Amino acid sequence: MADIATRDAYGEALKILGAENENIVVLDADLSSSTKTGVFAELYPERFINVGIAEQNLMGTAAGIATTGKIPFASSFAIFATGRAFEIIRNSIAYPKLNVKIAATHAGLTVGEDGASHQALEDISLMRTLPNMTVICPADGVEAKAAILKAAEIKGPVYIRLGRSKVPTIFKEEDFEFEIGKAKQIVDGDDISIVATGVMVSKAIEASKKLKEEGINARVINISTIKPIDEEILIKAAEETKGIVTAEEHNIIGGLGSAVAETLSEKKPTMIKRVGTEDTFGESGNGEQLLEKYGLTSESIVKKAKEILNR
Amino acid sequence: MKSNQELENIANKLRIDILNMLTESKSGHPGGSLSACEILSVLYFDEMNIDPKNPEDENRDRFILSKGHAAPVLYSALAEKNYFDKKELNKLRKIDSMLQGHPDMKGTPGVDMSTGSLGQGISAACGIAKSGKIFNKDYRVYTLLGDGEVQEGIVWEAAMFAGQYKLDNLVAFLDNNGLQIDGRNDKIMNIQPIDEKFEAFGWNVMKIDGHSIEEIREALRKARETKGKPSMIIAKTIKGKGVSFMEDICSWHGKAPSIEERDKAIKEIESRMGGAE
Repeated sequence: MADIATRDAYGEALKILGAENENIVVLDADLSSSTKTGVFAELYPERFINVGIAEQNLMGTAAGIATTGKIPFASSFAIFATGRAFEIIRNSIAYPKLNVKIAATHAGLTVGEDGASHQALEDISLMRTLPNMTVICPADGVEAKAAILKAAEIKGPVYIRLGRSKVPTIFKEEDFEFEIGKAKQIVDGDDISIVATGVMVSKAIEASKKLKEEGINARVINISTIKPIDEEILIKAAEETKGIVTAEEHNIIGGLGSAVAETLSEKKPTMIKRVGTEDTFGESGNGEQLLEKYGLTSESIVKKAKEILNR
Repeated sequence: MKSNQELENIANKLRIDILNMLTESKSGHPGGSLSACEILSVLYFDEMNIDPKNPEDENRDRFILSKGHAAPVLYSALAEKNYFDKKELNKLRKIDSMLQGHPDMKGTPGVDMSTGSLGQGISAACGIAKSGKIFNKDYRVYTLLGDGEVQEGIVWEAAMFAGQYKLDNLVAFLDNNGLQIDGRNDKIMNIQPIDEKFEAFGWNVMKIDGHSIEEIREALRKARETKGKPSMIIAKTIKGKGVSFMEDICSWHGKAPSIEERDKAIKEIESRMGGAE
């Protein structure tokens, strides 16, 4: 697969789902060309619902549709889907454990030019704290497509975090298998572990190469299901390496770094350092420039890895 | 088909159950439950196509209590309809009970949607109605809103949606008792003219006496005949209806009666029911 944005993979997955499963209904809040639900709308207009610019009702109607045995995918930008509609998701979707898939695009800093108001850096945290909610943040187009197809198979609410910008394709589509709740070790190493999600996975691979040049063998783990988290792979990393660097395009409060720290502080305490936005909002700019400015880079991962090794 | 008198008697039976369960649980919302007894009596015992033995039937009509705090009137109707044993009513709001403070679709047979956070029920009702349209189901969807509830923004997102998608399989009641927790609607945040608002959003609006069985039936008949528009039945009601010392008194929104108050209230209701059946 060529390098694509994970939102493009969403459009591809919806095309397949629409053809395979007549119970799939897609809802959007006036962003169908950006979220790529427009792909589905064109093919299956009778099963596409535009609710207008009304994210609360987007989630409420999706909940209602789920009670009738159908499988609604509800989409908007991550900031509006999880922020604006949070309490609707909590009470009308998560509490009754309804089969709604929330596929939110334009998450994180790589929204870019639209700036801080549109850059969700707390969505993982918000969704992760809800009982019954599964949270998935795919690393590339291949994984995004597979994760979305898998999300449609399981019963219960799922939050899928997707991005606006193109990301490097890491996985081969032919032999790729996605299992919810299972993380993957994608680079072997026994000195230090890097646990990354989303766009930071390719940065983590870069970091492992840089560390290698200095004789440090870093293990890279792609953790795309943030909830339920793969405890086993984390405990193993804590046992076999000298510490863990987490990397995410999200506030270091409440996201992947927090989830890893929560798990390991109880099960296998080890030194953990977090790469992510450091309790700050973003700003306008090109996506890559923003990742650079806010320290979401392979260099930051390398630096934290060395801090752990040199302590 | 049940007579108006029979449905009125059921409404009063619901009232007695409400008073008993609230006294037993020592908490809950009597005012807005008592104001909706006739509406639920007509819906559950006359209007809706439902089967308590098959509460998950995909072709059933649905009722969503958007004003979820009136859960006691819903529970009493469901128990009266034999969705579950009446003994359950005594466990309202208690630990390990199937009857939560606000409706929980996972725990209570017959509850079609979990509600309690205001405004979300009508939104879910829109989703169910729209799903029915997409998949050519002929079920109908009923919802009950409080008048304070329509101050929530999501209500208007949903109202716009129902008008846009011509959800003529959706009927909403507004339990227009005029009171909310902090006082009268018009003093806290005026909702009037509520009929014109819903009309402007593309609804077929009717105004009725919400305690008249006949007028409720007639409005539901007209709603069935209305094509291409959702129906809003604005039911003028009295909060605490049927219990003289509770009627139109704001403080009975969320306070359980004492045993003495309950006994007095039930006596009053029974005196009106006497020999009617």
